[in-house]
Amino acid sequence: MNAFHPHLLDRRLGTARTAVWIVLGVLVMAFFRTQILGHGKYQLQSETNRLRPIPLPAPRGVIYDRTGHVLAENVPGYTVSLLPGPEANLRSTLARIASIANLDSAAIEHVLQRARRAPYQPALVLGDAPFSVVSALEERRVAIPGLLIQAEPKRYYPDTAVLAHLIGYVGEVTEGERGTKRFANIRLGGIVGKDGLEREYDDTLRGAEGVRFVEVSARGQMVRDAEAAANLAPVPGIDLHTTIDLDLQKYISSIFPIGQRGAVIALNPNTGEILALYSAPGFDPNAFVGGVPAPYWRALNESPAHPLLDRAIQARYPPGSTWKLAVAAMALKRGIVGPRSRMPIPCRGGLQYGNRFFRCWDAHGHGDLTLSQAIAQSCDVYFYQLGIKLGVSSLLEDANAWGFRGRTGIDLPGEIPSEFPTGLEYYDRLYGPRRWTSAVALNLAIGQGENAQTLVQMVRLYQQLASDGRLRVPFVVRPATTSAQNVSLDISADQLSTLRQAMIAVVEQGTARGSRLANLTIAGKTGTAQNPHGLDHGWFIAFAPADKPEIVIGAIIEFARHGTVVAPLVTRAIAHYLGIDEHAAATLRVTVPNDSAPTPFQLPTLPDSTADTTTARVDSVIPRTPTR
Amino acid sequence: MLSRARPLDKGLLVSVVALALYGLATLYSAGQTDVPSFVTTIWQRQVIWLGVGLIVGLLTFRTSPRLLEWATPFVYAIAIFLLLLTLVIGTGAGTAAGTKSWITIGGHRLGQPAELAKVAVILMLARWLAALREPPTTLRQLIIPLVIAGGPFALVVLQHDLGSAIVFVAIVFFMLFWAGTKPSVLVFLASPLIALTLAFSTLAWTVWIAILLALLLWWRPYLWEGVLTMAVNLGMGIVAFPMWNRLAPYQQHRLLAFLSPEVDPRATGWHVIQSRVAVGSGGLLGKGFTEGTQKRLAFLPAQHTDFIFSVVGEELGFVGVLAALCLFAWLLFNLLRIARKATDPFSSLCVFGIAGLLFTHIVENVGMTINLMPITGIPLPFFSYGGSFLLACSIGVGIALRVAWESRQSGYAEASQ
Repeated sequence: MNAFHPHLLDRRLGTARTAVWIVLGVLVMAFFRTQILGHGKYQLQSETNRLRPIPLPAPRGVIYDRTGHVLAENVPGYTVSLLPGPEANLRSTLARIASIANLDSAAIEHVLQRARRAPYQPALVLGDAPFSVVSALEERRVAIPGLLIQAEPKRYYPDTAVLAHLIGYVGEVTEGERGTKRFANIRLGGIVGKDGLEREYDDTLRGAEGVRFVEVSARGQMVRDAEAAANLAPVPGIDLHTTIDLDLQKYISSIFPIGQRGAVIALNPNTGEILALYSAPGFDPNAFVGGVPAPYWRALNESPAHPLLDRAIQARYPPGSTWKLAVAAMALKRGIVGPRSRMPIPCRGGLQYGNRFFRCWDAHGHGDLTLSQAIAQSCDVYFYQLGIKLGVSSLLEDANAWGFRGRTGIDLPGEIPSEFPTGLEYYDRLYGPRRWTSAVALNLAIGQGENAQTLVQMVRLYQQLASDGRLRVPFVVRPATTSAQNVSLDISADQLSTLRQAMIAVVEQGTARGSRLANLTIAGKTGTAQNPHGLDHGWFIAFAPADKPEIVIGAIIEFARHGTVVAPLVTRAIAHYLGIDEHAAATLRVTVPNDSAPTPFQLPTLPDSTADTTTARVDSVIPRTPTR
Repeated sequence: MLSRARPLDKGLLVSVVALALYGLATLYSAGQTDVPSFVTTIWQRQVIWLGVGLIVGLLTFRTSPRLLEWATPFVYAIAIFLLLLTLVIGTGAGTAAGTKSWITIGGHRLGQPAELAKVAVILMLARWLAALREPPTTLRQLIIPLVIAGGPFALVVLQHDLGSAIVFVAIVFFMLFWAGTKPSVLVFLASPLIALTLAFSTLAWTVWIAILLALLLWWRPYLWEGVLTMAVNLGMGIVAFPMWNRLAPYQQHRLLAFLSPEVDPRATGWHVIQSRVAVGSGGLLGKGFTEGTQKRLAFLPAQHTDFIFSVVGEELGFVGVLAALCLFAWLLFNLLRIARKATDPFSSLCVFGIAGLLFTHIVENVGMTINLMPITGIPLPFFSYGGSFLLACSIGVGIALRVAWESRQSGYAEASQ
């Protein structure tokens, strides 16, 4: 039978048709499965392929002073980044733009490292690109795949170093910070506050980043903005209104002796509002915006002056004679002395106690003094005896109750706690039981010994003296709610006025009489912090007007030799703030020896210190000679 | 209908023209990308190729089947010569850079002889099979057709063009089937290939050997036939792994990527994954003509050749795919009808062979866009850019039109129109 007989052909045709139907049917079913049933999954993959999210940074909140002057604002800036892609592509792209963007090989590695850490985000190349670089890159955009130039609000600090420690600065979030709960949801490369107010109030200042989607090709080249994608506008940060008086801050900065290290705090004694907080030497916070240049960072860190250290809250000094007001207040409170109380032994330049002779700062001696006179002359011999009368345990009890061991709770990050012994057992641990005598009371009474206070802590004491004796937590934006709020010196108005009279005498005829102002009554106290590693540090804390104080200003200048030197700085600032006869004040000169100062040393941690104090720097707590 | 003498076969003509236009539109869209690409203007060259194809098709149409039958050995000889020449001076191109399937003179790629060889093999097989008095009933009778296809097959394998080689195998089977070869013989013939494929899973291979044994006992072929079939099948199980190792790495990768594209999504699996994403993201109605993002942004590879059907899937969706498949089905059924109604076995076999050729290309190319088939670089008829295969198709369509015309002429096809 012929194979091409119509019947046989029909049979084979039927088979062939069936086969075609079946195979095409399978194909149709497979396409149905892919296109209709699997549509969602593949749609998502296709969108993931082509869309790249680009974070839109939110402008940070503006920081204002109390009168509305801008302390920190945003200015337009540019960032240059590369869209994610295979590392080899990024590397070749970076090599191509290296000459335009001034990238060295270390910078290139840094960018690649960023890309590896956050593989789905644009890798930042330049955080703050100058316009010339931006325009040069823009010209070559076609040849640079994945180039992303964004206009981003850039932080700007108009007064640079004047407010550096107070405002702080911003920078890229670090790996370590992202590990903490506070910054856990910040994307890699996100900008957060690093120090000062920027850090403290970062959560409100920061705002919320937005996102925009761009379409990219398979080669990672940005093609266009994705239309109708789920773009999200950034939410700007909330503005911050501080209690700072920019005018006063600037004035303090202008009269602070050039090249010296130290700090000044001004606050309103009736509220605790910080009016000025200045630490020297400063640094330029603008340099940190968009990534701090390595040489500048190195210079800051290697400088013996430690410019990044906020000496107002992050350095402890022996309070020296400024502490005498605390001792006097304790003694008055406990009824041990009255304003006219005299000590058994008049000052003849020193006091023999046991087998040791404790000297007064004035070797000539002050003679027989009342409490007020002793404060005015800062007589050490008087206070040695007062310390003995008061007793070590009372001293320790009151100082601890008044918060001289711990932080003030100021709303700034990095405040270190002041150090003071918790109780007698501290001395047992330090010297061994019964291996020490009440001679420690002599040292404690004049602000030496195991006593290291921050400037803000001491200013807080004078705030209490300048108001009704009640403690106000110092604050820049809003007061912290701490247990210290109900703390008070707990002395009567008469006793308070006794201390104020004595402090007026300090300025009128005492150790600070050189800084007296003709038409303003200022109450204050000088202090000299023993420094075995160099010249002594100078303290001066004062408030005015003495009858109804409106401002307390405390200052410390390292290696200033004695507090008298510091006093003109404070009185001039007070006069400026109160708007009183600046000409008279301007004649006062702050002259500090400009010897090259030695490096502050790292103090061995006191045995009872808590763990977080280990990094704190203190210049000295070990008393050898008395102070004025 | 006799009053209107010699009408052309409208069904075939319309389906071919529709496919050619659909294909050209898709090729135009394939060039619409956001990334600068040489594909942008390639549709214009395809227009020229379509013109050339039209002329070649007309010339073929003018050639009577008798003349064609006479000329077949010469065509075959020329095809073999060109394949040999390709082996000597061939170059790779595009996505198949590892192969040597192009004849290039002076830097200009002239064509792929393998595509023309496919038509030549169809003609040669048709000529030989048509001459048979009885359809082949034993394996021995298949030696000559196997040699006819085996020559070009081997040469194409030597070019490392595995995809085209497989097309030859398919053609042989389709034509033997149409020639009336006993199904059992076809199964025996196909059994080594099945054994080879299954050899990579011991269990599947063992099951297959058992089935084959049962079939042999059922059909009771000549003893030597049965023994030979069994021996070859067992042998395939043994040589499978050495043969695998002889494959070029990219061929191995393609086959592995077929089994699991996600193993290496950046390199080997890229094509499959991106093509499937393109098709899948098209959904029911697609992203719109020229609007496919996978294609526009260069995620879809070889969007003008191997993966042109993914463009259809992405931009016109399931509806567009269905339309294309319907047109292809219509074309195939037209060809089958013409093969059925051809006036002589040679014409019938030629047309069926062409249908088989197109069928193989369609199924393989369309199937691979959604990973239903392993990736081979064989083009989609009337869609993929490329002159050689378009000319092969033109010749095929020309032959089919002529055959249809002849059968009408003889009144054979009267009843159906």
